[in-house]
Amino acid sequence: MLCQICGKNPASVHFTEIHDSQMSEIHVCERCAEEKGMQASAQQHKFEIADLLAGMVDSMTQTDEERVGHVSCARCGLLYSQFKETGRLGCSECYSAFQFQLRPLLRRIHGDTHHRGKSPSHGKAVATRSRRIQRLHDDLRRAVDREDFETAATVRDEIRRVESEPVPAVDPTPTDATGSAS
Amino acid sequence: MSEAPRDFQELFSRTSPWLQGEGPHAEMVLSTRIRLARNLRDVPFTHRARDEQLLGVLASVSAAAQESTAFRGSLLLRMPECTADQRQVLVERHLVSHELGDGARPRGILIAPDERLSLMINEEDHLRLQSMTPGFQLAECWALADAADDELDQSLDFAFSQEIGYLTSCPTNAGTGLRASVLIHLPALVLLEEIQRVLKSIMQVGLNVRGLYGEHSEIMGNLFQISNQTTLGRSERDSIESLERVTRQIIETEERARERMLRDARTQLEDKVWRAYGTLRYCRSIHAKEVINLCSAVRLGVAMSLPGLCPLRTLNELLVLTQPANLQMAAGRELSPAERNVYRAELVRERLIAADREQSQDSQG
Repeated sequence: MLCQICGKNPASVHFTEIHDSQMSEIHVCERCAEEKGMQASAQQHKFEIADLLAGMVDSMTQTDEERVGHVSCARCGLLYSQFKETGRLGCSECYSAFQFQLRPLLRRIHGDTHHRGKSPSHGKAVATRSRRIQRLHDDLRRAVDREDFETAATVRDEIRRVESEPVPAVDPTPTDATGSAS
Repeated sequence: MSEAPRDFQELFSRTSPWLQGEGPHAEMVLSTRIRLARNLRDVPFTHRARDEQLLGVLASVSAAAQESTAFRGSLLLRMPECTADQRQVLVERHLVSHELGDGARPRGILIAPDERLSLMINEEDHLRLQSMTPGFQLAECWALADAADDELDQSLDFAFSQEIGYLTSCPTNAGTGLRASVLIHLPALVLLEEIQRVLKSIMQVGLNVRGLYGEHSEIMGNLFQISNQTTLGRSERDSIESLERVTRQIIETEERARERMLRDARTQLEDKVWRAYGTLRYCRSIHAKEVINLCSAVRLGVAMSLPGLCPLRTLNELLVLTQPANLQMAAGRELSPAERNVYRAELVRERLIAADREQSQDSQG
């Protein structure tokens, strides 16, 4: 079926109208639907990380952008500029490596930068934290061995940051909670 | 608990539980879904991981899950071992995303015996835990996913930070990794052209609207998928309660619109319902999208309690069974688009006749 407005493209958006108790159906293509403001699809409202990032980069100077673009994740090697292209991070450590760039982005996407949901069980979280510190120490040793002092400095800062984080607290939203504050 | 399907064929021969047309508000809300995104801390995210690392994830995650009570005895389907048609059937059944369905990398899906729980492995995130229930039951759906997540958490080391929460490949999912959604049928709001206003207000309160087949899919058959948009800064419970509250308001708005339509244009409405039913019942060649749109009118008729139409379950099943890959799987061979339309018409007629027969037996018995 062809679009009833332009008569060229296949109709993929279908509307039913009632006027004076008369029902009529309209079949149009997406382009015409959009032009006439008829598109009911959520497509036009979808989140595009690339758009968000592009908007944020606009406010940066070129030197800022170059500096930020070359920041990389010590663990997986992903460059911030690669993240900007794909909208996908490389590994869980990327969140630490790009924390200064990610914070404003997360705020823009979610309106917040702090997790308030469930967390892995307490005992496990403590064990996980020490495993993580151990792994970072390994990374540090390897970086020093190959005389990559830039990476070593990043990893050292990361170790300090993780060590200064409070030991994970008990799950803030117990699943057996009954009744709410309201 | 029901017996697990042993293989793809057995899974295919069963009706998905989310299509059963049961549960609260089933005449308007087809299904409720919860998805949780998780990643293993020590492995790069799927798109940056090597195939051998992904094979490791597939092995360790499926082993951990099979040990849990939630996934005990579940069916594991490895995407590279499935045919393109089988993968597409899983997509059409809403078990597998388009990304997982491409089959190019070591990905898989674990399907719990009753199919309410499933676990996509090596999708955009290493784990995408999914629970699906028929009708409008967010609390039950969340309880299922939450319990399964707790069990998996016992044996898997999830990427998590105190500040940001669960770490995901795309920052839009970071935090809770939660996507809660309802699939809702809103024909009256569409007919009365009030849908744009409603959709706009849904988006203003931070919820998202998509079509039947998720992201980037088109709105068909007046079916809308409404879900939470953000995952950081709110607990799972908050996100779910807000979706629940808004959905209740939408249900009321749609109900009022239906009442108005019945009052002002009852005959036209009944005419539309019966013409749709007539087309489905007697067609000889029909396109998938037309089935979805006609089923929408019949669904409205069922909700209006017009006697003599088919049950909701049949309408829900037709949504999936008339999709191209499901159709080819049922036919047992590849069909050209023209052949598909003929075969689809046959299937629709048979299903409606069978539903008719069942209903008349019920009323006699």
